Amino acid sequence: MEIGQHTSHQYNQELESVRNQSLQMGGLVEEQLGKALRALMENDSQLGEEVAYSDYRVNRLEVEIDEACTQIIARRQPAAGDLRLVISIIKSVTDLERIGDEAEKIARHAISTEGLATSLHTALRHLGDHVREMLRRTLDAMARMDAETAQQIAESDLQIDAEFDVLSRQLLTHMMEDPRTIRDSLNVLWCARSLERIGDHSKNICEYVIYLVEGKDVRHTNRPKAGADITP
Amino acid sequence: MNTLALTNNTMTLPTSKDPSAANSKDQAVDIQAIVEELKHATQPVGVPFLDDPKFYTRDVDVFYNQAKQAIFGVDLDIGKNEVIAMIGPSGCGKSTFLRCLNRMNDTIDGCKVTGQLLLDGEDIYAKEQDPVLLRARVGMVFQKPNPFPKSIYDNVAYGPRIHGLTANRSELDDIVEDSLKKAGLFNEVKDRLQAPGTGLSGGQQQRLCIARAIAVSPEVILMDEPTSALDPIATATIEELIDELRQSFTICIVTHSMQQAARISQRTAYFHLGYLVEVNKTNTVFTNPQHRLTENYITGRFG
Repeated sequence: MEIGQHTSHQYNQELESVRNQSLQMGGLVEEQLGKALRALMENDSQLGEEVAYSDYRVNRLEVEIDEACTQIIARRQPAAGDLRLVISIIKSVTDLERIGDEAEKIARHAISTEGLATSLHTALRHLGDHVREMLRRTLDAMARMDAETAQQIAESDLQIDAEFDVLSRQLLTHMMEDPRTIRDSLNVLWCARSLERIGDHSKNICEYVIYLVEGKDVRHTNRPKAGADITP
Repeated sequence: MNTLALTNNTMTLPTSKDPSAANSKDQAVDIQAIVEELKHATQPVGVPFLDDPKFYTRDVDVFYNQAKQAIFGVDLDIGKNEVIAMIGPSGCGKSTFLRCLNRMNDTIDGCKVTGQLLLDGEDIYAKEQDPVLLRARVGMVFQKPNPFPKSIYDNVAYGPRIHGLTANRSELDDIVEDSLKKAGLFNEVKDRLQAPGTGLSGGQQQRLCIARAIAVSPEVILMDEPTSALDPIATATIEELIDELRQSFTICIVTHSMQQAARISQRTAYFHLGYLVEVNKTNTVFTNPQHRLTENYITGRFG
């Protein structure tokens, strides 16, 4: 599918513009997450403040893009690939906004914590790197309308989930061994939780990319794991 | 099954960095290549065939004056009690195909129809087939409302009279009233049935023509752009009517309004350059068409 080549140039521009805005929003969200993690790792509360403050820019883009999509639907009645493009943008933008919120939450932890124990630091940094990479690849697949890569990324969310589980157990052990670490550990757990959610939102966006390119709705189609109880 | 190879399962990047974007415009207008592609397809993309169809058509060619072929090997089944919309750019053969279904093309000099066209399994082009009786079974509504220069009553009563469908006046009255009611016109004209049909508004005239078509209890109604001359309210009335008529009739509609096709039909057939390119459930055609030409047309990508 090409976005251009409509008889109406105006229509081409409207679709291009809404798509560019959504990619721009993706870039902004990626930047927010990167800064939030850096603020957390480097105990930079000023950077944390900046990220928390900047979330309004993400929110503003969500509203603008939704409005532009509403206008396109009302005035152009998009069909087929154009319709899937508009729908996938509307849906992606919602997930991007949520990723922005999670980044804001992480940034707020950077403002409030006094500094994390090094062992917890490392585990969180690891998860953070993975989630950032997943988000980067997701936005890339979105920009290139690459359904194949999107499929791979969506599957990789399982690894993020597994990593989060490992980290949760680690934190639990930590807290049981030394109750004085509970406060710190909970902070780390909240951040890890935010990262895990960002993985889920990235997965959703990958599914919209597949919908856009192939017209297939692959949401909620995960096959249950072998041996899992699937009695309805 | 060798369907059209030109299916639409790849997406390319629209940005100027992509080298393929520069020449894809030329590809889009390379008619010769498209015709070659269509010629080699053995059947349309999608689901052209049904179990127990109302109309069964195979390998239908239509020629005007031998020199000009308007339709190339159309294979299509039309189901019972369905509304099938035929869409495509001007000159794509959709109206020609529609007119084959009740032999309206017989009236055009030099027009030749070949292939198989079966209505309930009967060959409608068989020698013993009486076209007048066929047209009583397969009625037609045209783009411009064309009521007879007669009263509203006589417009509707005309068909039942010539086909001798009624034994007496009161039966005829019943048919006229019933047909006008089905066409959603009765309440507006019940006090002036003897007034001339041509005195009605455009939308009312078109509904009068629909009443006239259904007065002879047809099995199929063909509609060739029935609302293109009407305002949005009259159009909505007729679209509503089409959905009700679907309970009793099979309806084939040619329309230039894709929104209309999307609103009222269960299946959509896309014609291009005399070939039937794609037939599928309307839901599928308008969200995820399988053929690139269909996608280009319904998204407005024709130069």
